[in-house]
Amino acid sequence: MTAQNPAIRTEKLMRRLDGEVPVTLVKGADVDIYSGEFVAITGPSGSGKSSLMYLMGLLDQPTGGRLWIAGHETTKLGSDALADIRLSQIGFVFQSHFLLPEFTALENVMLPMQRLGRATAADMKKRAAALLDSLGLGDHQHKLPKQLSGGQSQRVSIARALANDPPIILADEPTGNLDSASSQNVQGILKQLARDHGRAVVVVTHDPAFAATADRIIHIVDGHIVDEHTVNEHIVDTSPVA
Amino acid sequence: MKLLVSMALRHLLARKRQSIVSLLGIILGVGFFLAISSLMQGSEKDFIRRLIDNAPHITVSDEYRNVKPQPVHKAYPDAVVELRGSRPQTETRGIRGFEQILTALKKTPGVAASPSLTGQALVSFAGRDVAVSLNGMIPDDIIAVTKIAEYMTDGRIEDLNINPNGIIIGEELARKMAIKKGRNITLAAPNGQVRSFKIVGLFRTGNAGYDESQAFITLKRAQALLDRANRANSIIIKLDDPYDARRFAAELESRITYKSMSWQESSEDLMSTLAIRNIIMYTVVSAVLIVAAFGIYNVISTVVMEKQRDIAILKSMGFHAADIKKIFVIQGVLLGIAGNMAGLPLGMGLMLTLMQIRFKPPGSLEEISMPIDWSSPQFAVAASFAMIASIVAALLPARKAAHVQPVDILRGTA
Repeated sequence: MTAQNPAIRTEKLMRRLDGEVPVTLVKGADVDIYSGEFVAITGPSGSGKSSLMYLMGLLDQPTGGRLWIAGHETTKLGSDALADIRLSQIGFVFQSHFLLPEFTALENVMLPMQRLGRATAADMKKRAAALLDSLGLGDHQHKLPKQLSGGQSQRVSIARALANDPPIILADEPTGNLDSASSQNVQGILKQLARDHGRAVVVVTHDPAFAATADRIIHIVDGHIVDEHTVNEHIVDTSPVA
Repeated sequence: MKLLVSMALRHLLARKRQSIVSLLGIILGVGFFLAISSLMQGSEKDFIRRLIDNAPHITVSDEYRNVKPQPVHKAYPDAVVELRGSRPQTETRGIRGFEQILTALKKTPGVAASPSLTGQALVSFAGRDVAVSLNGMIPDDIIAVTKIAEYMTDGRIEDLNINPNGIIIGEELARKMAIKKGRNITLAAPNGQVRSFKIVGLFRTGNAGYDESQAFITLKRAQALLDRANRANSIIIKLDDPYDARRFAAELESRITYKSMSWQESSEDLMSTLAIRNIIMYTVVSAVLIVAAFGIYNVISTVVMEKQRDIAILKSMGFHAADIKKIFVIQGVLLGIAGNMAGLPLGMGLMLTLMQIRFKPPGSLEEISMPIDWSSPQFAVAASFAMIASIVAALLPARKAAHVQPVDILRGTA
C-alpha cells in the first residue's frame, strides 16, 4: 500500500454463484484504486468485469476475500450500512441512464441528496441545478427523461451520480448506448472528474479507444485479472473482444 | 418521508386508470360498509331501545327459579341420598307480601315499581265474546314503569282512580267489538265470576296484536274478579339505568327468592340472534372491501413489477430496503385515504337515502323509517377497516419490492 490510502481496495475478492452448475464470476481479485485515478476495466463479455464493479460498488456481496471503501472494511457490514456507504461514497453511471421517468432532470439529480438529507431543499435544488448546468443541461432541468436525448439523459445520470459529491464514481459501459459525439462528451466528463476533481473513477468498457485514455487498465478474462498496467507503460491489446 | 410520499403519489398518477379503478373499489366498499353497518347497528339500537322503553327492565314473577329444598335436605345436606314421595306444598299463586316488597323497592333511589295481577278473561258485548289478557294494576304506579299513558288516545289511566269499575282497552279491540268509550262491557273470569265494567279509556300502541288483546283495570278489581285477594303475580320494575338491570335483578332475587328476570335475560335469544346477524352483516360488507383490497394489491403489484429497474437504481443510490417498502405501503395508504374521503360521503348519502324509505312492518299499524345509526364509531370502523385493508394489500407487494436485488436487475438476470 502506498502512503495514500486507496479509495477502493480489494483483497482476493471472490464472487461465486451457487446452483446446479456453480459459476465463479470473480476469482481472487486484488486491486487498489486511488483518488484521482481513472481506471478502465476491460475484458471479453462474461469475463466478470461488471461483476467486479458491482462488488466494488457494494451492489453485490462477495463470497470470499475482503473489500475496503474509503478505508472502511465492508465485507461484514449489513445491507443498510452498505446502502449508507453507497449513498455518501459512491456514484453510479450505468449503460442505460435509469432515470426515474416520473421525475424531471432536476428532481432526478436531487434524489440522492434528499435521501442523504444533509442540506436544505433550497441548497439541494441549487446544487442540482449547478451540476446540470456544468454538464451543459442548464436549459433542460425541468424536462422529463422522455424529453431528453440519450446523451442528455446520460449526462443527467452523471449529475445524479455526483449529487452527494462522492469520492468514487463507478461507470458500467457508460457510452454503450450513445452516438459518437455523445460518447466523446461523456468520456471527457468522466476523465475530468478524475483528473480535475480528484475522484477515483472506474469505468467498465468494451471500447479499446476509451480504455486507452485511462490512467490504468485492468484486463479480466474468466474472472481472473490477467493484466494490470498503466497506459504509458504498456500498449493495450486492442484486438476485437468476443 | 416527503420524498417517499412524492414517489408513491407519482407512481399512482402515472397509472391513472388502474389507480382510479382501485380507488372506486375502496370508495364503494367504504360507502356500502358504512351504510349497511349503520343500518344494522341502527336497527339493533332501535330494537334495544324499544325493548328497554316498552318492556319492564325487571319482572318479578310468582315463581322460583329453583325448587325449594325439602327441610330434610337443609338439615342433612350430605346424608340424604334419596327422598321419595315428596311433593311441593300447594299454595295460592301470587307473590306473597308484594306490598312490602313494593314499599322497599320504591324507597330505592332510581327504581320505580308497579304490581300487576294478570289473568285471562272474556269480554262480552252485544253477543260477541273476545278473550283478553287482563292486567290489574295501580294507575299511579303503572304510569311510572310503562309508556301506557303515552299511548292513550282517549281518556287517561288516572280515570281508573275516579271510576274503580272502569276498564281501558285497545283501539283494535274497541273496533273489533264496535264499542266506544263510555259503554259498559261484561268481563267473565275463568273461575266463573262475572262483572260489569265501563270503558273509561282507549289506547293505541301501534302493535295490532297487543291493541286487541290487552285490557287494564285496577288491581283491587282484578284481585276480586280473579279470586286472588291481596295478591299480585308480578312486579314490574323500571330502572333509571336500564343496563344495571341484570345486577339489580340478581340482587333482588337473592333477597326475595322470587324469580326476578332482567330484560337482558329475557331477551338473550334475541340478543344472540342479533349478534349472529351482525357477524353475517360484517362478513358480507367486509367481503366488498376485501375485493377492493385485491384491486389495490393488483395495482401495486403491477407497479412493483414495472418499477424493478427504478427500485434497483434507488437501492444503488443508497435507499434502504425499508425506504422502498415504505414507497409502496404509502401508495396503499394514499388509496385508503382517498377511498375514505370519497367513500364516507357516499356512505352518508346512502344512509340519508335509506332514511327516506318508509314501510309498515308486519303486525304494526304505523309506518316507520329505516333506523340509521349516525354515531361516530360507525364512521371510525368503516374508515379503519378500509385503511387496514388498503395497507395489508399494499404490504405484500411492498415486501417483494424491498427484496429486489439491484444487481440482478442491473445485470438483466431478473
